[in-house]
Amino acid sequence: MELSGAEILVQCLKDEGVEYLFGYPGGSVLHIYDALFKQEDVKHILVRHEQGATHAADGYARATGKPGVVLVTSGPGATNAVTGIATAYMDSIPLVVITGQVPLPVIGSDAFQEADIVGITRPCVKHNFLVKDVTKLAETLKKAFYIATTGRPGPVVVDVPKNITDPNIKIPFEYPKAISMRSYNPSVKGHRGQIKKAVELLLSAKRPMIYSGGGVILGEASTQLTELTRLLGYPITNTLMGLGAYPATDKQFVGMLGMHGTYEANMAMHECDALFAVGARFDDRITGKIAEFCPHAKIIHIDVDPASISKTVRVDIPVVGEVRPVLEEMLELVRQSPTKPDTKALSSWWEQIARWRSLDCLAYDRSGKRIKPQYVVEQLWEITRGEAYITSDVGQHQMWAAQFYKFDKPRRWINSGGLGTMGFGLPAAIGVKLAFPDADVACITGEASIQMCIQELATALQYRTPIKIVNLNNRYMGMVRQWQEFSYESRYSHSYLETITDFVKLAESYGHVGMRIEKHEDVRPALEEAFRLRDRTVFLDFITDPTENVYPMIEAGKAHHEMRLAPGVNPDTELA
Amino acid sequence: MRHIISILIENESGALSRVAGLFSARGYNIESLTVAPTQDPTLSRMTLVTSGSDEIIEQITKQLNKLIDVVKLIDISESAHIERELMMVKVRAVDGLREEAKRLADIFRGNVIDVTPNTYVIEITGDREKLDAFLTAVGDENIIEVVRSGTTGILRGDKGLSH
Repeated sequence: MELSGAEILVQCLKDEGVEYLFGYPGGSVLHIYDALFKQEDVKHILVRHEQGATHAADGYARATGKPGVVLVTSGPGATNAVTGIATAYMDSIPLVVITGQVPLPVIGSDAFQEADIVGITRPCVKHNFLVKDVTKLAETLKKAFYIATTGRPGPVVVDVPKNITDPNIKIPFEYPKAISMRSYNPSVKGHRGQIKKAVELLLSAKRPMIYSGGGVILGEASTQLTELTRLLGYPITNTLMGLGAYPATDKQFVGMLGMHGTYEANMAMHECDALFAVGARFDDRITGKIAEFCPHAKIIHIDVDPASISKTVRVDIPVVGEVRPVLEEMLELVRQSPTKPDTKALSSWWEQIARWRSLDCLAYDRSGKRIKPQYVVEQLWEITRGEAYITSDVGQHQMWAAQFYKFDKPRRWINSGGLGTMGFGLPAAIGVKLAFPDADVACITGEASIQMCIQELATALQYRTPIKIVNLNNRYMGMVRQWQEFSYESRYSHSYLETITDFVKLAESYGHVGMRIEKHEDVRPALEEAFRLRDRTVFLDFITDPTENVYPMIEAGKAHHEMRLAPGVNPDTELA
Repeated sequence: MRHIISILIENESGALSRVAGLFSARGYNIESLTVAPTQDPTLSRMTLVTSGSDEIIEQITKQLNKLIDVVKLIDISESAHIERELMMVKVRAVDGLREEAKRLADIFRGNVIDVTPNTYVIEITGDREKLDAFLTAVGDENIIEVVRSGTTGILRGDKGLSH
């Protein structure tokens, strides 16, 4: 079969089983768009800004586990995609981003719409390529998918100069079935001896704690993690990225940990004598003050990426390997072991945790005078029976979503945890809805974040992706306002959005349904109404209490046991 | 502590900037970095001299290994190894200095590789300390220009990086 570069590129996507291609055309990719026009297997989703393309592909990837694929043009098309690439990189999400480039002979001449995107993206990709020879195009794309989806996943950029896709140059094409690279061997099996040591430590613990992260979701190991946790009977906490890996409604789950984690999760971290870290990377939002991180604990750490081990916190028993096979081996060893968990120690540990829990650290004012953002999330959880896919933006609403939407399944919670990208939620929700058209998909956002990729409302209409936008509108960049209240004596420097957007009209002008909800008692009926409108995107603008803060909070430089609690929540009452 | 890391890397355009970019992005030190092709034209060999605590060196080697283009690396300063650096020094060679510079070059087993009525270029090879010692012996006031290649190194014994 003889194909042009453009046809090869499209054929490669078909051979990879790519369902959706998120993109935006431009000069350097016109040959490719012409090849796309002549086929129907790969469905192109036209976004309204290239950042939206990367976030939509990213949402698709997070929800499905398959790589998200993006096509943008050279120069500004590619630079607009950078934020989305960096977002995926920080959360280890598999993306293949194809960027157009000016023709090879003019690279380096400051040609129209030229940008060195290989150079620009180098620090925020797992790998990138510049294709210099059309005969290498198929192999390069194969490598890109292979690298993006194996080991610790991540985004891969393939920069394709326009002359490579010239429709007049045809060459024989065959998509490589498999690829091997001498410099990249991603499949790692955990060291048996280390796994044995880990199991011994776990079984000898008096105050054990399991701390799991996004790696468990990426590694498709939720079932194994849940089974092992239940077999051991130990408390478990999830990171922001790990929510849903263990069912949040289960009694062994003590909530999220870290900066806005629960009192019981953070106290248990501080007091535990054995910490079992699975697919988590000891991020600064998790550890708080490193010097006082888990001061009494021996630490086990399973991670597929050796560079994650002992990067910020020294661990005692590292296990480098893919999470699922390692957990399977551990399950087997725990079952066979003559040593069983110390039930006596464990029951007093659980009593201690119950005392911490009794503090009810997530309590908020339920008098109903103003709409509380937490209440909106709780109602959303009830109405969707905890089954929805929830995307979010970044800030207070993100933390309330994480605290109050109890995720029982993996891949349902879709947020930018590492980079913290405002504007992520809406396009991500579109990507999720395309993948799961029958599922409920909601984007929990705020009036500041939502406006960063608001143009994607048009995409949602064009492709009939009915999502529910839950806008927790407090007129402030809420998290910035909160930090200014706590750390800058309430000097609210530029965190108030003085011009209040009429989101109802805005939604309507994009062809959607808009609702403004100003009373507590209207919250539930509005949400019910929104989900009844199954085939419409609904923008729910909840006017919430602008003074509400996210609690608990570990402020910068503090340790896990030094949480700032909501007014009225007093730790002394619990400890007595 | 000073470490010499020897790297086999795919001979692709941009490979050098991936390594250099990693160091600047993560705030690691580079004392010197050399790169050249090997007998296998698809591979380049780099020698990177860096310093830091054990934790930092551990992260550096892990992060380097994570680069897709890196085929293999070894911290040769952890084993018996030989290091060499090439230096060319342009020195003033007038009056008494003309004889003195030549004598010093002989003592340090260097060669005079360019001669003008007023200057010599002296080529000298050795480890870092030897080159430093030569410069001290010549004296700053007599040096017009110094060019150093940066350190390269190899393991002693039977073991090689590619085998």
